[in-house]
Amino acid sequence: MQTLARAEAVAAGRAVPAATVRHTHLGERPVVLVPLTTAGEAGAPLGAMVGTDRDEPTLLVVPQPLDRELRFGFFAGLASVLLPVLAEYADDTEVEPATRNREETELCADAPQIVVPNTAALEYVRLVGRSTRFLRTVEDPDAPHPVPVPVPLLGRWLTHYAERARTPGSALLLALTSVLTRHWTTGQSAMEDQHLGALLAWIDPPAGLDGPAGAARAQTGRGPDGLLLSPPAGPATDPVFDNRVLAPALTRYDRARAAGDGPATAGAEAEVRRLVASQLRPTWDDVWRGLDLLRALPEGGHVAERWKRDRWSFTGHRDRVRAGEPPQPKRDDAVTAAQKLAGRETAQARLMAQEALDDPLAMAARRLGGEAFAGTVTGVEMAYSEGRRPMPRPLVTLATPDLPQAEPGAKAYRAVPGARSAQTAALVSVLPLDAGGAEDGAGEGPGPAWSVTVRLTGGMGSGRTPKEGSVPEPGAAVAFTLFEHDPRGGPALPEAELTPWTHGGPPGAATGAPGPADSPDPVTPEDYL
Amino acid sequence: MTQSAQPAARPEPPSAGLPDPGGFDPAAAAARATEAILADTLRGTARGVVVDSPPGAGKSTLVVRAARELAAAGEPLMIVAQTNAQVDDLADRLATADPELPVGRLHGSDSPPDPALRRHPSIAASTSVAELRDRPVVIATAAKWAYVRDTEPWRHAIVDEAYQMRSDALLQVAGLFERALFVGDPGQLDPFSVVGAEQWAGLSWDPSASAVVTLLAHNPDLPQHRLPVSWRLPATAAPLVSRAFYPYTPFCSGTGPGERRLAFGVKGDGGGLDRVLDEAAESGWGLLELPPRHTPRTDPEAVRAVARLVRRLLERGGTTWSAPGPGPAPLTASRIAVGTAHRDQAAAVRAALAEAGVDGVAVDTANRLQGREFDVTVVLHPLSGRPDATAFHLETGRLCVLASRHRHACLVVCRAGVPELLDEHPSSEPVRLGVTVKFPDGWEANHAVLAHLAEHRIRWTL
Amino acid sequence: MSTSHPLTERLAALRGPSTPQRPLDARALAALAANPGCRRRALMDAAGVDKGAVAEALGSPARFGQSRFAFSRGHAFEARVKADGCAELLRLLGAEGRAAVPDLGAPGPKGRVERTRQALAEAEPGGWTLLDHPLLALEIAGSTVYLEPDAVAVAPDGRWTVVEIKSFPILDGGADAQKVGAAARQAAVYVLALAELDEHGGSRPRPEIVLVCPRDFSNLPTAERVDVRKQLAVTRRQLQRLTRISEIADALPEGTTFDLRPGPDGRTPTRPREELTAAVEAVPAVYAPECLSTCELAFHCRDRARAAGRVEALGRSLRGELGGLTTVEAVLAAAHGTCGDPTDPAVAALRRAAALRREALAAAPVVGPRAAADDEPVPAHGGGAR
Repeated sequence: MQTLARAEAVAAGRAVPAATVRHTHLGERPVVLVPLTTAGEAGAPLGAMVGTDRDEPTLLVVPQPLDRELRFGFFAGLASVLLPVLAEYADDTEVEPATRNREETELCADAPQIVVPNTAALEYVRLVGRSTRFLRTVEDPDAPHPVPVPVPLLGRWLTHYAERARTPGSALLLALTSVLTRHWTTGQSAMEDQHLGALLAWIDPPAGLDGPAGAARAQTGRGPDGLLLSPPAGPATDPVFDNRVLAPALTRYDRARAAGDGPATAGAEAEVRRLVASQLRPTWDDVWRGLDLLRALPEGGHVAERWKRDRWSFTGHRDRVRAGEPPQPKRDDAVTAAQKLAGRETAQARLMAQEALDDPLAMAARRLGGEAFAGTVTGVEMAYSEGRRPMPRPLVTLATPDLPQAEPGAKAYRAVPGARSAQTAALVSVLPLDAGGAEDGAGEGPGPAWSVTVRLTGGMGSGRTPKEGSVPEPGAAVAFTLFEHDPRGGPALPEAELTPWTHGGPPGAATGAPGPADSPDPVTPEDYL
Repeated sequence: MTQSAQPAARPEPPSAGLPDPGGFDPAAAAARATEAILADTLRGTARGVVVDSPPGAGKSTLVVRAARELAAAGEPLMIVAQTNAQVDDLADRLATADPELPVGRLHGSDSPPDPALRRHPSIAASTSVAELRDRPVVIATAAKWAYVRDTEPWRHAIVDEAYQMRSDALLQVAGLFERALFVGDPGQLDPFSVVGAEQWAGLSWDPSASAVVTLLAHNPDLPQHRLPVSWRLPATAAPLVSRAFYPYTPFCSGTGPGERRLAFGVKGDGGGLDRVLDEAAESGWGLLELPPRHTPRTDPEAVRAVARLVRRLLERGGTTWSAPGPGPAPLTASRIAVGTAHRDQAAAVRAALAEAGVDGVAVDTANRLQGREFDVTVVLHPLSGRPDATAFHLETGRLCVLASRHRHACLVVCRAGVPELLDEHPSSEPVRLGVTVKFPDGWEANHAVLAHLAEHRIRWTL
Repeated sequence: MSTSHPLTERLAALRGPSTPQRPLDARALAALAANPGCRRRALMDAAGVDKGAVAEALGSPARFGQSRFAFSRGHAFEARVKADGCAELLRLLGAEGRAAVPDLGAPGPKGRVERTRQALAEAEPGGWTLLDHPLLALEIAGSTVYLEPDAVAVAPDGRWTVVEIKSFPILDGGADAQKVGAAARQAAVYVLALAELDEHGGSRPRPEIVLVCPRDFSNLPTAERVDVRKQLAVTRRQLQRLTRISEIADALPEGTTFDLRPGPDGRTPTRPREELTAAVEAVPAVYAPECLSTCELAFHCRDRARAAGRVEALGRSLRGELGGLTTVEAVLAAAHGTCGDPTDPAVAALRRAAALRREALAAAPVVGPRAAADDEPVPAHGGGAR
């Protein structure tokens, strides 16, 4: 179906919808972060625009990316913007009532959402988290190169957000290109969609141009000075910008600083700031524009539930920080890794099921893939289970154009309005229908081609007679899915201290190394190369 | 061709780098290996024993024997298999081999065991491990074992299909036993995750890696054994499968040339289908090559070709004979299988077979054919009709399963143009530090199989 | 080596008589594997044509270029690794104590190649020898390609190991997998060249290379061994394919050339654009979006592919699903029922997809700020999702 959508977009000259609702939570006041890095250095920032107000971004610039002090100043600046926002949300809580599995707990009423332009920027956030969370601060007397106190805390939060972003359906940290491509399909390839400017040109073409032309302009259009009209969303900068414009400005700054010339240094720094801002501003505006486009979509039904899980994640980390726990280790131990994998698989299954239930377009894709089928009931035959207490097990036959890809006996599920969980059923048979209209396939809505019989196995109450309304009538429109609507997590994993011998035993025991988890990175005597 | 030919004299041993060239005796080699495995399992001091078992090498027989010997030595054990079908099969074999041995079949509440097990009074089925704990052998799927809590660990366990088990699945059950015998086929399909697991690539406990890889990464000194003989694959197939899919751990066929025969009661009519069937009877392989075209994967012509080939196979009244065997046996539909890469291809072939009036032939994907065995298989080549290869289609495990299910002959249906496709395949694969490079390489394996098949090619148009 | 090899002349003619050949290096050879089916690229790379200049002359300039920061960083890191007689490098290799670091200087590439060969032959067994910037040679498509690995180490057991120094970091034991893959492919070329030098039948060069990178966030180097057996097999195959370049050249119309005919200033091309375009189009290409990050001609090939409505411009994987439907037009016609064989599963699937999409979009509230204009009907502002 994606292929068809892309073809349609090509024909239309603009992007076509890939979703009829918004599947991603959008906060009222997201924090937008647009980072830029220096080419060649691992994680060396050049500058960033960050903030919650689209008209007043905070601009952070590192006029000499190789200078450690200036770099830490950048991180401190970033912390001074982000940490207060995090603190604000951390204190605004509500109480979650006790459930069967846990007692009454405090849950943050909302959580800050960070939006970056693309997946490369998200990776960069992950990198910054890693590079800063182990740094030693001025509070530590032995630290050779201490950093301002908030920096490692910032690192821990960024790491948490970036790790959470790996969970399907999470919205704490968003890469805008990923969210936009989930909701619109362009007439270019998925690779080209990673370019924010081009992507937006397809979704919302600039005046006078169509999608492809706008995208081409965004990707390669250069002005008379040779610079790209639409600077890359980063974090990497355009090499032409680096070579032609930035390098000379940085050199000027260096020279002025080395000469100790105050006013010249300030002037050179201002120049660098202006240049970096010129590369950041268009992307900054693009991100807000993209958010506006997304906000126009109505929110999907299960989005709030997924956001609640994100809020739990936020609250959990807040509690860990408050409890004084150490920063996240560099590498996961065996049990943590297995837990994360299992959790993400469940989250993925849940996300796909919920999107299909919220959005007819997503359900259409599942139907095309044989994972769901919908049609009209043509017959209902009552039957009962064997045993002491016969329970209703009616056979329902429906005519549907969809062909389910499953064996007889496979489980099916039907969403019943008003019920807490989906009604279960088992697939009995799939037979071709000899409807007249099915052959010529050229018509507008091809007639139903298959007659599918399922046996309902649940959701009918606990008596011999099915509950009112739980069994569909002939002529009713019904839809079944072959995937569960609310996948549950798997079995519990052993505690880390009980990691079995097959996986190396408890962490730290086998290797004897004092947990590479916690030691900060060795610092090199100089950073100037 | 004729049924009454004498069985061939004991053949010279096949190549593929096995020791003892003169007078190689497959039965003796297999017996030696089995004894060594059992010695390590019963009396060894290591916590684990790993056994690599190529297709048809008698893995299930080994598992049953090891279980019986452990039980006989008074050591209760648990057996972990990966699917309910595998569990039921093992339970059945155990009970058949030893009707006096009490076996517990543990299962989940919504996965009742195969009713056929009820004919064994020695098997008790329950959803509660407490009810079965005192039986010498308790068997269940890994998924069910993962939910077992608060039980005294078993001293012994046997983990079946350990190469197809994912590392995190092993993590969930390893606390239930102290020592284990791990048996599996390294050449078949690897476990995978639909969610990305790259962040743990290179970590010795990568949860998405295969259980054996993780086990050996942490316990490299465990004794590792190989079953050296495939009793299923005929002498015409073992060298190719061994060379292509097990380049560093070769094996050979348990039967020599001429000891497996396929013959047809009805003479060939000279048409393409019959010629490829004759080729397969003669050499154990046949490639039915359709004209080159780019098609979607449920290529109607290829599907029809497969169906017609199967029908013709049945129409010609095939008989199979296996040395030393009684007499030739008829080749019936239940001894034939069709293998595909995708479920929709399997569905299309099933429909085409039904339309052609053919009944009782198994049609399934490689995933679902794992562990099963037939006399003759017909395979729709994973790369047929494709404009390019992808990692999925090049995956060696898939082709290995499809090419190693047969006892007598394997026929492949494929459109021309695949060697060119391989030739033009771009390779800009990422390389993860710390991850051991896995052999065989998908490209090489596919190439080796195609090169071999080219020698048995019959071109045909629908 | 004879310089009047017919293929060399042929390729020179394709390039343009006055245009110097862009030397093939290990990176370029490794890149052959990126899209082996593309004859356009194969021919141009073999002929040493400056694809970037051609792209610009065709009006589709590429976005390539290296930032000088990246360059200076790489340079500085390598200098650090090799400082003090390659002390750091030797430490990483495990060469305790001293190692011989012979001088490989010689006039001209041939001299250096000979000097390298000599140094390898004279390496003392039982001790380490490190060759800093050796020069190796490979004969490819009739011409000699000079290859310069960062270093080659001879271990006490006599085996040779290629060392590649890169400036991307190894973070917590892992590195960017794409970059490691590219480095592995590049290093495999060096291993192959070394194998040519080995009179012992190619068993001396190890199929494992040593990758030296900055560790974590510092400038301290760290090393990892990388098994390049697969990359060796791939590169060998690709180099073999290169020998078929003459077939590709043969298929061209007489007199085809990619010569830009630079004008009097030696830089501005004077070749008419249509002529150049026709010459380029005479060699078939296989465009895929992946080309955009690896080949300078990608934008040109993309424009042509899009103009022709080819489906692979939308993504390599799409082709596999569509079988015989190779253009966007055909896809849409099949989907909307105006064309196409209903027994073709791709056509049937597209029709079904179109019907499902229509049904789904009709059932849902309006989507997007300016969606109204074209096809979808604008329902009344309804409640949330269905």
